[in-house]
Amino acid sequence: MDLNLIWFVLVGVLLTGYAVLDGFDLGVGILQPFVRKDEHRRLFLNAIGPVWDGNEVWLVTGGGALFAAFPEAYATVFSGFYLPFMLLLCALIFRAVAIEFRSKEPWPWWRAMWDWAFCLGSFVSALLIGVAMGNIVRGIPLDAHHEFAGTLLGLLNPYALLMGITVVLLFAMHGAIYLVMKTEGELHDLVRGWVPRLIGLFLAAYILFNFYTLIDLPHIYVTVRTRPWILLVIAAAVLTILNIPREFSKGRDFAAFASSCAGMALMMAAFGLTYFPNMVLSSPAPENSLTIWNAASSPKTLGIMLIIAVIGVPLVLTYTACIYYIFRGKTTLTKHSY
Amino acid sequence: MDAEILARVQFAFTVMFHYIYPPLSIGLGIALVLMEGIWLKTGNILFHNMARFWTRIFALTFAIGVATGIVMEFEFGTNWATYSRFVGDIFGSALAAEGIFAFFLESGFLAVLLFGWNKVGPRVHFFSTCMVALGAHFSAVWIVVANSWMQTPAGYHLERMVDGKPVRLPLDHAVTPADLGSVRAVVDDFWAMVLNPSTIDRLTHVVLGAWLAGAFLVVSISAFYLLRRRHEEFARASLKVGLGFAIVATLLQMVSGDLTAVGVSRNQPVKLAAMEGLWDTQPYAPLTLAGWVDAKAEQTHGPAIPGLLSFLTWHDAAKPVAGLRQLPPDDFLRRFHPEATTPEQLATVRRNYWPNVPAVFQFYHLMITVGVLLLGLVLVSAFFWWRGWLWRTDWRPTRLLLGALVLSVLGPQIANQAGWFAAEMGRQPWIVWELLKTSQALSKVVTAHQILASMLMFTAVYALLFVMFIFLLTRKIQHGPDTEEESEELPDSWKAILRLDDQSSRA
Ligand code: HDD
Ligand code: HEM
Ligand code: HEM
Repeated sequence: MDLNLIWFVLVGVLLTGYAVLDGFDLGVGILQPFVRKDEHRRLFLNAIGPVWDGNEVWLVTGGGALFAAFPEAYATVFSGFYLPFMLLLCALIFRAVAIEFRSKEPWPWWRAMWDWAFCLGSFVSALLIGVAMGNIVRGIPLDAHHEFAGTLLGLLNPYALLMGITVVLLFAMHGAIYLVMKTEGELHDLVRGWVPRLIGLFLAAYILFNFYTLIDLPHIYVTVRTRPWILLVIAAAVLTILNIPREFSKGRDFAAFASSCAGMALMMAAFGLTYFPNMVLSSPAPENSLTIWNAASSPKTLGIMLIIAVIGVPLVLTYTACIYYIFRGKTTLTKHSY
Repeated sequence: MDAEILARVQFAFTVMFHYIYPPLSIGLGIALVLMEGIWLKTGNILFHNMARFWTRIFALTFAIGVATGIVMEFEFGTNWATYSRFVGDIFGSALAAEGIFAFFLESGFLAVLLFGWNKVGPRVHFFSTCMVALGAHFSAVWIVVANSWMQTPAGYHLERMVDGKPVRLPLDHAVTPADLGSVRAVVDDFWAMVLNPSTIDRLTHVVLGAWLAGAFLVVSISAFYLLRRRHEEFARASLKVGLGFAIVATLLQMVSGDLTAVGVSRNQPVKLAAMEGLWDTQPYAPLTLAGWVDAKAEQTHGPAIPGLLSFLTWHDAAKPVAGLRQLPPDDFLRRFHPEATTPEQLATVRRNYWPNVPAVFQFYHLMITVGVLLLGLVLVSAFFWWRGWLWRTDWRPTRLLLGALVLSVLGPQIANQAGWFAAEMGRQPWIVWELLKTSQALSKVVTAHQILASMLMFTAVYALLFVMFIFLLTRKIQHGPDTEEESEELPDSWKAILRLDDQSSRA
């Protein structure tokens, strides 16, 4: 297999890891205003407390890998999406420090303030990630030097915004499913009650989004005609999501969560399969697109990076698994909690 | 203001703010390993309470470090897209390695360090503490590798894309604005890139600077408790750990500073001349202790010791050190300016290759001054400690010393920031030394307005973060360490160790 392809997959895997893992953290943040009791909000925070930071590293590493393997794509996207990305950074900062600061003081106004920061930070992050992805799928205008040639308003098109909302709903659903697994008693029942509605909302948005894509984006229609098995992957994703209520009804909370993760991974796979071999699609003027070949680093760097990945990824997976194992089971509040 | 200046100011501001926290985490990480290690070895519960107290402070600095670090990683793409395209092949791999090897390790085990007290046994907890400290050091390693490559690039060649095929360029190819977009730097030898001529010096120096930041934080808060006569037993033990660590790190830092400066004189002579304010190449070159640089008249004023600079650079006072008026050398200038032939023309273009000399001079001297003050402080403290005077907290000289130790926490912070300013401003006008100019590195599509808008946003957010950090830190200091009763909540596996200590250390 050639190195460019391997790196296309690896960057995809890292970003999928981010979506699946930090996705539920962001979802918990989005859902947090829907519980009012301080104890419940603390349980929400502590459910993600030990893991959110490690989850965010998937984004950092995904960004680093994109920089190293496809510097042209990194430079084009990051400079082209300048203001949205600055806002995303701001949202991620607030999300991070809100978790750390909120429970440090008992005052109601203090906690309310950081609750807002946590929720808005999570919501805006999810929305912007979705909007950015939406634009990537749709294609952004690039000039002959692969520089972004569009405008800020052009990035806020209805298609991308629909993708943004879909991602918010997806993360909220995923977060709720995670919380069902991590909570018990009254809170458990409450959150579990939300899940069917969230699944419904998300699936409605996702299906709408897919139809919108086929109607609005002829190039994707063409791709899907030549690669019809993509539809199978999408169908598998929907079925996996529909499997979640079934697992819940059998009381298998973990299997439900695993199903949600698998559904997200399949959706990302569908995205990657449609997008290949582009890194950044140019629309109009598709001849200016960045692909896995003209955006890539030299073969030497791709090879070196592969060695780094082969050494690093197993290590990362091992201790990530250890950490999740140590913090398995229901969340309880102790004096070390947030 | 134009986009270039704004982008530089924004980068400098965000990285300065980021750099308040990682050194604290790196230094405190080592302090935590020491404290928990001593506790496991002696079973003295004091060290357990100590580790817990400092862990809470660590969590605070870490959280802000993480939050502000992501900004840095994005900024290469947002502000310096042309740079990213030019060096992505080399620079990107160091950043990716940092993610894989450092951040995952650090953030993963941090969970155990913070929340694992009642989930895992003491040995696993200690192991996690070690891993967190190791991870923090790895982040420093990879980011300093990346930065050192920008200072002293090695292990690469330039290539130009012609009809989609790479063509290797000669070693002395001078990059022109027309090259941007088709020419890039490509890795030849990964290890030569990683171990470029300045990596080892600068890495040692940066890590020691971080140790100082952590050590003096411990020293400062402990000294504060002693002055206030609060938690005295805890504060004495904490001060011993912190001060011991600070003494070792400060002494080592002096050695490392000297080595770093020698490295700069070999690799970046222009920068050294700017840092020292040396205008003319001369034997018995003087070391200016303090003063100011008159950039117009091209003179440096202030008390100087003749011959010392030559001695420090070459270990031979008679050997000449190159000055700004001869740097960069003529043949280098001719490569970039074939049109400049007469000495006058060369002298004119030469000025464009100097950094902002007064600023570099002052930042460098600020770092050294602080370094020397810290050295004096640790020597006096060590003497007081040795004579047993350090614990006589009602004796005036001791109180004065403790007062100075409370303030000492600012020292490493100032020196760290000033050192980076000297290093980074001294690199100008290059973003990659003698390869790519900062003015050529900017994102083409980003406008000054956009940068200004984001800068205002970050200024507001960072101001808020800083106020919160100081506020929460003060609250934690006021709250102080846990008392022994609070530790009773420990799980049985930990109590076993504590009992062991009850019999041994209290008997
Ligand atoms: C506590 C912190 C601290 C202290 C006490 C010192 N330094 Fe430093 N110095 C740093 C913290 C630092 C730093 C922040 O870590 C820098 C910035 C870039 C770097 O590599 O290290 C630095 C840079 C730096 C450079 C420039 C490196 C470059 O341009 O690549 C030189 C030549 C020195 N230092 C030399 C010294 C000397 C001779 C000192 C003796 C007193 C000294 N430093 C004390
Ligand atoms: C422009 C340069 C820099 C970039 C791009 C950068 C990037 C980052 C990123 C992305 C994070 C967050 C990691 C996470 O999510 O866990 C981070 C945190 C960190 N960075 Fe930086 N960083 C820079 C400069 C530095 C320097 C110079 C050092 C040390 C010498 C350093 C040391 C650390 C450490 C130790 C952390 C962990 C958080 C903490 O301990 O506070 N960084 N950095
Ligand atoms: C953490 C401590 C650091 C501080 C305080 C610092 C400080 C600065 C300052 C003051 C500038 C502006 C120089 C000028 O405009 O004259 C600058 C520029 C820059 N630095 Fe650093 N720096 C740090 C670390 C790093 C690291 C680790 C990297 C890369 C890995 C880096 C990469 C850059 C880049 C790309 C620029 C922008 C271009 C330029 O103006 O040269 N810096 N930094």
